[in-house]
Amino acid sequence: MRPLTQPETKILFEKLDKYIGENIKKLIERPDGTYCFRLHRERVYYVAEEIMKCAANTSHANLASLGVCFGKFTRNRKFMMKITALDYMAPYAKYKVWVKPGSEQSFLYGNHVLKSGLGRITDGTPRNQGVIIYSMSDTPLGFGASAMSTTDCRKCAPMSIIAFHHADLGEYIRNEDLLT
Amino acid sequence: MGRHIKNQEDTRPKRGPGRKARKQPDPDFNEAKPRNPRRVAKKQAKLNEMKKKQAEIKQRKASKKQAEAKEESEEEMETVSFMEEEAVVEGEVEEQSEEEESEEEEEVEKMPLFTDANEEMESKISLIPRDSDDEDDDDFELPDDEPELDDDDEDDDESEEDSDEDAGEKTMEDDDADDDVQINVSEVDHFVLPSGQEIELEKTQPPSLDIVKERMEKVMWILAQFSRNPDPTKKRKEYKAVLKHDLCTYYSYNEFLMGEFYELFKLEELRQFLDANETQRPMTIRTNTLKTKRRQLAQNLIARGVNLDPLEKWSKVGLVVYDSPVAIGATTEYLAGHYMLQGASSFTPVMALAPQPGERILDMCAAPGGKTTYIAQLMKNTGMIFANDVNKKRLDAVKANVHRLGVSNTVISNYDARSFPAVIGNFSRVLLDAPCSGTGVISKDPSVKMNKDETDLNRCSHLQKELILAAIDSCDAKSKNGGYIVYCTCSIMVEENEDVVDYALKKRNVKLVPTGLEGFGVDGFTKYRHHRFHPSLKLTKRYYPHIHNMDGFYVAKFKKFSNTIPVSKNSKVEEADVEEFTTTAPKKRRRCEHLDTNAQALPT
Repeated sequence: MRPLTQPETKILFEKLDKYIGENIKKLIERPDGTYCFRLHRERVYYVAEEIMKCAANTSHANLASLGVCFGKFTRNRKFMMKITALDYMAPYAKYKVWVKPGSEQSFLYGNHVLKSGLGRITDGTPRNQGVIIYSMSDTPLGFGASAMSTTDCRKCAPMSIIAFHHADLGEYIRNEDLLT
Repeated sequence: MGRHIKNQEDTRPKRGPGRKARKQPDPDFNEAKPRNPRRVAKKQAKLNEMKKKQAEIKQRKASKKQAEAKEESEEEMETVSFMEEEAVVEGEVEEQSEEEESEEEEEVEKMPLFTDANEEMESKISLIPRDSDDEDDDDFELPDDEPELDDDDEDDDESEEDSDEDAGEKTMEDDDADDDVQINVSEVDHFVLPSGQEIELEKTQPPSLDIVKERMEKVMWILAQFSRNPDPTKKRKEYKAVLKHDLCTYYSYNEFLMGEFYELFKLEELRQFLDANETQRPMTIRTNTLKTKRRQLAQNLIARGVNLDPLEKWSKVGLVVYDSPVAIGATTEYLAGHYMLQGASSFTPVMALAPQPGERILDMCAAPGGKTTYIAQLMKNTGMIFANDVNKKRLDAVKANVHRLGVSNTVISNYDARSFPAVIGNFSRVLLDAPCSGTGVISKDPSVKMNKDETDLNRCSHLQKELILAAIDSCDAKSKNGGYIVYCTCSIMVEENEDVVDYALKKRNVKLVPTGLEGFGVDGFTKYRHHRFHPSLKLTKRYYPHIHNMDGFYVAKFKKFSNTIPVSKNSKVEEADVEEFTTTAPKKRRRCEHLDTNAQALPT
């Protein structure tokens, strides 16, 4: 376990910026304590400082997880956000997509969001913007990237993709062992 | 040996259906069986007596009949004179019948075994489709019968198929017997234990569950009545052995486990327990209060068509699911982390632990993470939880559950839990859900029935003792509001539960406190077979599937009142313990610890 280096931190914040914008500050400066990011086995963990100090006692081989895993760095040092970060992104999301109840299951199986399944979308969503996907009852289901802007959504064909799937809650069952 | 026979002679019933129950094998007319000459002589004497009696009776009857016949014939003679044809015909007919009768009588006389008085019996006996046993029929006639000593030897040679037939025959004999008491005794009393030959036969054939079940119920009935109607000829342990064997066959257990359960439960309870192990306990879920409320969750699930109810009054977060059109483990609410599938009995140790917000908690065997996440929700995501498990694969489940339920204050590690105070110690509370034989969750994993034997149990017990010492040493007695250790297993065996707790009480400065689960659950044992435990063990709680409709479970709550470790007389082992696991004494003072005046007084 080690703190993130400067380049790594930059890549991480850029990714976060895509989904939650300038609200990153709220993640770090929290009223209930100082939180930090730590790297362990190419995975980024978001954890409070006291807990991080306790975890420092454990040896590298024996530590499995601490706090919340946000995602992992790939071989080419790109950052891949994981579904486990959803709880910390959903409250600060800037752009949201709501999915109709009928297409909920489809998204949870890993498919993209189509126009036919689109319920609502935040106004002014640009293209290729990180979005959080919700169900109609305001339960966050996952996140992705918008395929087209809000204005384009209105015009496009029913079977065209509105939002690309990045991560969804169904992974807790499908990919349980690859999560963290 | 001789004494044994004498007792049997004195107290066995001399007449009535009980004796007949012991069938002799088919008589072999070709080979003469070697018989005890004394017995044979006695029998012969009896036979002769009987013959004489019967002959006398016959003569009397015959003479009576002759007298009647003479009278009739005189009448006939008179009638013949008046009515020639008819009278002759009648007389002839009558004479013929008389002749026939006399012939019959002669025939019967030739077979001295049957008398007129027993014509009824003769006809009934002939209805029974089996080989005749002349000697048995003989004996039946005798009013005062000597106990059939031969029958003792031949007890073991009976076949069970005959016992059912015997039951049929017995009822008829009951009717004929003058003894009213014998009639009232039900068929069960005449139940006969299977013979050695029979047991051998059963081993070679696939078991017939109906027969086994019937026999089981009969034996249980007998054992229940045993003290009231003692049959000194049969010892309780013979019935017990048969019953255990049948229970093993019927419910598919191995002998060792069945023996253990037999000691744990009374007969009726044993039956209920074994039946409960065949069925599933109801599915329960635990609301994740970090993300939702129980009422809200219930409404959402009901909207999906799930049939559920709040779980009894002792839990504020539990829900029982009766049936559901959708898979409960795959609903959107589940994926969103609003609830977790967890057995009702797994709520209890966390409720006993009662973690407070801001504390440091250690969960030594955390997989799959149900209890860890429950602790986190009780602490409202504050403080710190150290979740550990030795199995790396199962640790993935802990990680997944922790993340899914939105728990953020957990460190998950992969150590052997016995290494604990060395890695990190000074926790406010420790939860040890020890690996066990799993005899309480047989309904979930039926392979336990056949797999577990004494070596497994001893291994588990040894491991649990090591783990509980590590757990106690990881706990800080001086922590504010803390110093509690909860030990729990999903087993009902005393060797894994009370024994381990008692061991901990002896080895460390801990005491048992009430679990906080009063109102439901059976108290732990303070004595069991040859074990005698500390009296405070009644503060621990046991749960049974057949009483509480939860998985079998055991919970014990300790309070640590001192961080020092008592030194026992086996100084070699203890010194090693003291050096490694003392948490508060600084390293420098190790050698001089026994001279340290500030150290707590050690219990002698």
